[in-house]
Amino acid sequence: MEKEYSDWHDNPTMRSWHPERLNARSECTISDVNDLNKPWRFEEDGLTVTRTSPWSPPGCHPVGCSLKLYTDEDGKLVKVEGDENNPVTQGRLCVRCLTLKDYIYNPSRILHPMKRDPKKRGDADAWEEISWDEAFALIKSEYDRITKEYGRESIVCFAGTGREGGTMAPFGSRMLCTPNYCYSQSGYACYVPRMAASSYLLGAAYPEIDYAGGLPGRYDDPEYEVPECIVIWGKEPLPSNPDGFFGHSVIDLMRRGTRLIVVDPRANWLSTRADYHLQLRPGTDAALSLAWINVIANEKLYDAEFVEYWTYGFDELVERAQEMPPSRAAEITGVPEEIIIESARMYANATPAAIAWGLALDQKANGMQVGHCLIALMAITGNIDVPGGQRIGDKTMGLNEAGFGFEEGLGQELIAKMIGAKEYPAYCGLILNSHADLTLRAMETEDPYPIRMGFYAGNNLLSCTSAEPERWMKAINGSMEFVIAFDTFMTPSAQATCDVFLPLATIAEREGVVQTHYGSSPVTMGFMNKAVTQGEGMSDMELCFNLGKVLNPHLWDQYEDIRDFIEHLRLGKKYCYEDIRKEVVLQRYVGYRKYETGLLRRDGKPGFNTSTGRVELWSYAFHRFGDDPLPYYIEPQFGPESSPELMEEYPFILTSGARTYAFFHSENRQIPYCRELNPDPLLEINPEDAKRKGIVDGSWVKAVNQFGECVMKAKVSPIVKEGVVHAQHAWWFPEQDGNDHGGGAYDTFRSNINNLVPNFHFGKLGFGAPFKCMICDVVPISESYDTDMDEIWEKFGKLV
Amino acid sequence: MEKRAMLIDYGYCTGCHSCEVSCRKKNDLRLDEWGIKVNEVGPQKFSNGKWEWDFVPVPSSLCDLCEDRIAEGSKPLCELHCLAAVIRVVPVSEVSSCLESMDKDKVAVYLP
Repeated sequence: MEKEYSDWHDNPTMRSWHPERLNARSECTISDVNDLNKPWRFEEDGLTVTRTSPWSPPGCHPVGCSLKLYTDEDGKLVKVEGDENNPVTQGRLCVRCLTLKDYIYNPSRILHPMKRDPKKRGDADAWEEISWDEAFALIKSEYDRITKEYGRESIVCFAGTGREGGTMAPFGSRMLCTPNYCYSQSGYACYVPRMAASSYLLGAAYPEIDYAGGLPGRYDDPEYEVPECIVIWGKEPLPSNPDGFFGHSVIDLMRRGTRLIVVDPRANWLSTRADYHLQLRPGTDAALSLAWINVIANEKLYDAEFVEYWTYGFDELVERAQEMPPSRAAEITGVPEEIIIESARMYANATPAAIAWGLALDQKANGMQVGHCLIALMAITGNIDVPGGQRIGDKTMGLNEAGFGFEEGLGQELIAKMIGAKEYPAYCGLILNSHADLTLRAMETEDPYPIRMGFYAGNNLLSCTSAEPERWMKAINGSMEFVIAFDTFMTPSAQATCDVFLPLATIAEREGVVQTHYGSSPVTMGFMNKAVTQGEGMSDMELCFNLGKVLNPHLWDQYEDIRDFIEHLRLGKKYCYEDIRKEVVLQRYVGYRKYETGLLRRDGKPGFNTSTGRVELWSYAFHRFGDDPLPYYIEPQFGPESSPELMEEYPFILTSGARTYAFFHSENRQIPYCRELNPDPLLEINPEDAKRKGIVDGSWVKAVNQFGECVMKAKVSPIVKEGVVHAQHAWWFPEQDGNDHGGGAYDTFRSNINNLVPNFHFGKLGFGAPFKCMICDVVPISESYDTDMDEIWEKFGKLV
Repeated sequence: MEKRAMLIDYGYCTGCHSCEVSCRKKNDLRLDEWGIKVNEVGPQKFSNGKWEWDFVPVPSSLCDLCEDRIAEGSKPLCELHCLAAVIRVVPVSEVSSCLESMDKDKVAVYLP
């Protein structure tokens, strides 16, 4: 059938970018060199250069940094360079893509499908290489057997943070046809609590700071204003590129005069350049943000016009904020009262100002309350949807993926069976996921029904995502009869719990689409162009389509091929992938003050897409879900206020999970150049505490609390306050044995800080978990676990 | 070829290591060999309450300022990939005018 494609040039929100006109990097680097305006593929010095704008793997968030992949006549990747033709990154690349060759041709990469007898889970030597046909036949037979006996709801699809154009919800809704698509982190303590605040209060997805990424003139565009102030709240954007926000845009803006306020329990590079660093006790963000509202309201520093015309419940919010004067917040947070007041004034008086709000908000029960406060702050200061403020998408943009083909794939009966849908509708209904903790409970108790099959869609949950990881391992192995992994490398999770391993294509080996900020307020849309074939890996889109056709052909016959599926899922059925991919990257223009022009609401009326048409400072949605309609502060579940009786034994506040340049979560440990930057799992401890405890820099310590323990290497540093320690997350040791010798596969439980974090400590609506606000003790140990970099080089440095 | 220098406004260097890794991949250097190395100064908190925490990339004698790339009209790889865009390789004759135009302190100039 001949398809009717639209021309993307006709879409006013999609624009190509002409790099010769401007330069966003700095005044001094306007470039007349390099490969500006080259086509998507060209020849150079006997090599073929393919331009591509990918996401993952190797892991990252959806920035879509553009790359030039140089391949030789045999199709082998010779080198990688940054592509100057990307409006945001302009050639800049981090170490994770600079070492792409070491990733693709790593000797430990899995290049062919494998199977293992489920009785031999954990036996690293029991894998047997098989063909794709055999793998699909085996999966089909197990799928049919298990779904016949236990229903399709007995399957859980474990998701990660996404690696193609999104989190690949169709793996659950259309390939496996299970309602239990599950991000296995307790309380979905990543992104979604913030999304809940923005969706329910603002009627829009995730307001990102405006760094001019979608404007043709970038920072110098006449429509743009450089933010006078950026507040970095619980976020470390430089190494993490969170949710597709190219973190070093903050540096670009600092060069252009932006001042910073940093709210973080740790000092970091940005905080040392900030006008104010609010070094709060971990988990007390809601108290601080309520105090900011208090100051801004009582000193009448808010935007009275915006408050009057575009917000709902301001008086009630102000009344609530009276319960949190800065003096009280100072006692709770440990930030001096005058610093709270002065920084609140600085934020409110800056025009425009933007808040970059981070993961730390999500990683506490009731972290959504901080999100509520920050949305309120963005609104009452008049910074929403203005140049240099908080950027939001229009009504055509959003997280459409979760809903893609959902009802058609599942049907109402199955949807109603989603684990947690009844108990936590605000969570499950928002992201169309089963509730993580209740899914764990279902595996352990068969309540509400048995779980028998699993699929890992980019989730190394035992090393990275899950609290109490050994408990998750036992639950999976105790309940699931058949588990499939789909990844580039053998992970501890796959080694310990899986029966089939399917090889995954890297970014150089795949096609697809990536939208910044998960598509909700994109600044660019990137297209992946395949340059390399290595082994038999499939992309996420390919596996979803190919295996979907085998398991549930009635849902897949409507797509002609994989590109047709890409066009449906990622391009709204409008554009021809073959054509649009040649653009490599397009800017997305969203415009400003869309609440005045009707572009935020489906009915075309002015206002926000909420029931009142206003930003709901007093929330009807939260009220309806049974929570307080106004934001509130509650103490972290463990700490000096909540559990004073435990503090003698566990005197430190423990926070975890700060990002590094070397790794994306649990990835890159087998890339020697990355590993060398951070060979060992680090625990940061203040020099005074270290002295008291007899801990010297570089020695090994045990972190322990009432839930578990792990060993880490001490980094004695003043960046954490006395009484607070920070531990890195997501460690495993690919150089170690995959067979469990007591520390889990590849020793992943040895240095796993999540051993100390419990499940089932979420908030009233089901959101949040205390990954960043636990308690522990730290004691020196005599053993050393120092990584031998020669061994890493020996095992992983010789590329195949 | 015109003599060139490397200018680094390290006050903005965030310590991302992209320069190091770019250089080592281009020159096929093994672990523990560096064409450019990011050094860390701090973090330290002065008695006046201000923090100082700098990353200072220093090119080694292995650095040839990517003459081959410059000759063909490309940027040196460390300059192209630097996430904070702090590295520039410029003709020595332009160094002082570049320094004039920079309003921040913390700039290093190298002739590796």
